[in-house]
Amino acid sequence: MTEQAAAPVPHHAGPEPMTGAQSLIRSLEAVGADTVFGIPGGAILPAYDPLMDSTRVRHILVRHEQGAGHAATGYAQATGRVGVCMATSGPGATNLVTPLADAYMDSVPVVAITGQVSSKAIGTDAFQEADICGITMPITKHNFLVTDADEIPRVIAEAFHIASTGRPGPVLVDIAKDALQARTVFRWPVEPQLPGYRPVTKPHAKQIREAARLLAGAKRPVLYVGGGVLKAGATAELRILAELTGAPVVTTLMALGAFPDSHDQHLGMPGMHGSVAAVTALQKADLLFALGTRFDDRVTGKLDTFAPNAKVVHADIDPAEIGKNRAADVPIVGDAREIIADLIVAVQQEQAAGQAAGEHRFDYGQWWEQLNAWRKTYPVGYEPAPEGMLSPQQVIERIGQKVGSDAIYAAGVGQHQMWASQFISFEKPATWLNSGGAGTMGYAVPAAMGAKAGCPDTQVWAIDGDGCFQMTNQELVTCALNNIPIKVAIINNGSLGMVRQWQTLFYNQRYSNTVLHDGPENDGRGPAAGTRIPDFVKLSEAMGCHALRCERPEDLDAVIDKAMSLNDAPVVIDFIVHQDAMVWPMVPAGVSNDEILAARDVRPDFGDEND
Amino acid sequence: MSKHTLSVLVENKPGVLARIAALFSRRGFNIDSLAVGPTEHPDISRMTIVVNVEDLPLEQVTKQLNKLVNVIKIVELDPVAAVRRELMLVKVRADAETRGQVTEIVQLFRAKTVDVSPDAVTIEATGSSDKLEAMLKMLEPYGIKELVQSGMVAIGRGARSITDRSLRAVERSA
Repeated sequence: MTEQAAAPVPHHAGPEPMTGAQSLIRSLEAVGADTVFGIPGGAILPAYDPLMDSTRVRHILVRHEQGAGHAATGYAQATGRVGVCMATSGPGATNLVTPLADAYMDSVPVVAITGQVSSKAIGTDAFQEADICGITMPITKHNFLVTDADEIPRVIAEAFHIASTGRPGPVLVDIAKDALQARTVFRWPVEPQLPGYRPVTKPHAKQIREAARLLAGAKRPVLYVGGGVLKAGATAELRILAELTGAPVVTTLMALGAFPDSHDQHLGMPGMHGSVAAVTALQKADLLFALGTRFDDRVTGKLDTFAPNAKVVHADIDPAEIGKNRAADVPIVGDAREIIADLIVAVQQEQAAGQAAGEHRFDYGQWWEQLNAWRKTYPVGYEPAPEGMLSPQQVIERIGQKVGSDAIYAAGVGQHQMWASQFISFEKPATWLNSGGAGTMGYAVPAAMGAKAGCPDTQVWAIDGDGCFQMTNQELVTCALNNIPIKVAIINNGSLGMVRQWQTLFYNQRYSNTVLHDGPENDGRGPAAGTRIPDFVKLSEAMGCHALRCERPEDLDAVIDKAMSLNDAPVVIDFIVHQDAMVWPMVPAGVSNDEILAARDVRPDFGDEND
Repeated sequence: MSKHTLSVLVENKPGVLARIAALFSRRGFNIDSLAVGPTEHPDISRMTIVVNVEDLPLEQVTKQLNKLVNVIKIVELDPVAAVRRELMLVKVRADAETRGQVTEIVQLFRAKTVDVSPDAVTIEATGSSDKLEAMLKMLEPYGIKELVQSGMVAIGRGARSITDRSLRAVERSA
């Protein structure tokens, strides 16, 4: 589904004699990989020699393999092309486990290439040996162990094909050192041999008609849009379908940017921290029109009380998602772009037939009255910070306003991620990168790096938390040394904010191990009292970045302007925000979405007419 | 819960059995038995998997299995329209006094005595799980010293082969 956007030049080569390592680099060039994030080491060393000579593959030397993996993910999400990372055997490979799990959960096309110990040493607990194929089996779409140099071109072609087609996902290729060193013959193109891999992209016409018929007759439908719509490049089609039918749209955390936030039919994001209008629209709907989405528990809340009166049309490229969590009345398997394109035609036919018969189809007038009332009464907002302090929401909102909707935003995981999803206006596809399914803290900086490497002319901002930032900030060194000038906004509340929020709400305000630095408010215990440890400004300067700090609301605009004006190196801004801000609305874990709280102790009044 | 017999055609490649077994365990599906072996096609192996799940989870099992790149085809075999066999080797205590009774049981179940020693006989039996269970029950009073059993293998009845569409193929699409 996600094809290589910059299609590689038709490449016919060979047969040419060379080493397995040369064959690997030639294969990467042939599939169109232009950027590889990685770190060399013993077992992968043979591959790095020909890589040095490649003019078509740029290798970016990261500081930790996890950074390489997330960078490949960010690159893929921003460009739509397959992201590539490379690591050596053993610990190099196991450091890729988190980003691979992350890419698997969010269906991101990534190919990881790892060196493996020599084939004769496999299974002997050799130095830096790890069974990375076994380890990554449950977190990759597929993986390969290559011990024969002749297989390298075919396996690379298959890996990129599997990663980028159907439901995208990460693929790992583990290559034994002796296969890299062996003599082989390089030929291209190669025919993939995947008899068991046939993703369905073309939807059944009958199901499409049935879906359109349900939508025509529905009174309270919602287009429930997921990340699959972005991955299929179906945002233009989605907009046509939405405007044609007049149905309300909600976009999940993975789908922000698939439908303009500013569009009048957009109700916002559903889920645990979704807008009251979006969450409630799904709850009260009589038809869920689910496109490229998987009824994740963060969206549905308690599953058996989710949208109790709704029929379900469920369209997805992965048949296993259909009926997994919620039974579908109309299942549609296929590529979201083809599905929506076909739906547009079917809807038009329904409308024509309705006119001919003098019927009111697609009549959602009453539904919109209700939706608009919820929207008006319960907008997503926030309480101002105490006098003189910065509120985190305000910082993020202002960055979004000043930087605009053409930039790419990457978020870490936690409160700042939710605020970014709520207060930045996403108008275009591939402008919002985050770790949705896995919830990987530390995702933002390396993902922003990958996005910037893939889209050097686009402004890329990482919206990060101070907890997340301390997990992967070393990649700022990579950014500084490789001319990847990203901006990083640290939303520094001195704590693991989301966990703290739960402690505030559900653990009697006992803040067990969520305080990251002891600020001046501390009672003086410990050496950190009254100091900033780490000092993010000094830390960032040490890594070759421009570093700014902002502590007062009156400085906010000037600091953001200053950051935007510095483009010769990465910029880090340490925004000191007040630590008691909370993310609202919220559906507490494990309860029905009917229990949504618009703010603390504020349960919206929905009336009972539709209950 | 109900038992379902799945015939799974897979690529004959290293690691495929591990992929399938791991999928079952991580998705929380119970395998009753699993047998794997070659087919008439050298590049394809066939697994017979007996799963103990309700219909809805069964759909998830087959869909998730189908997502494995090395899985080529999955067919659920209807118990009525399939021949299903297990192989059992069982060592039973039998001396001069009881040997005659044990061999009589062996004959009743059309099993075979494959080894005899002064104190024991080893019996080979094939059949459905019900038949093997019944035989075991008869042998138990004599003392079962050792028991080994294969997973079930199954094949559809009639002239059709598994590649025919007429068997209830579990297609990729929903």
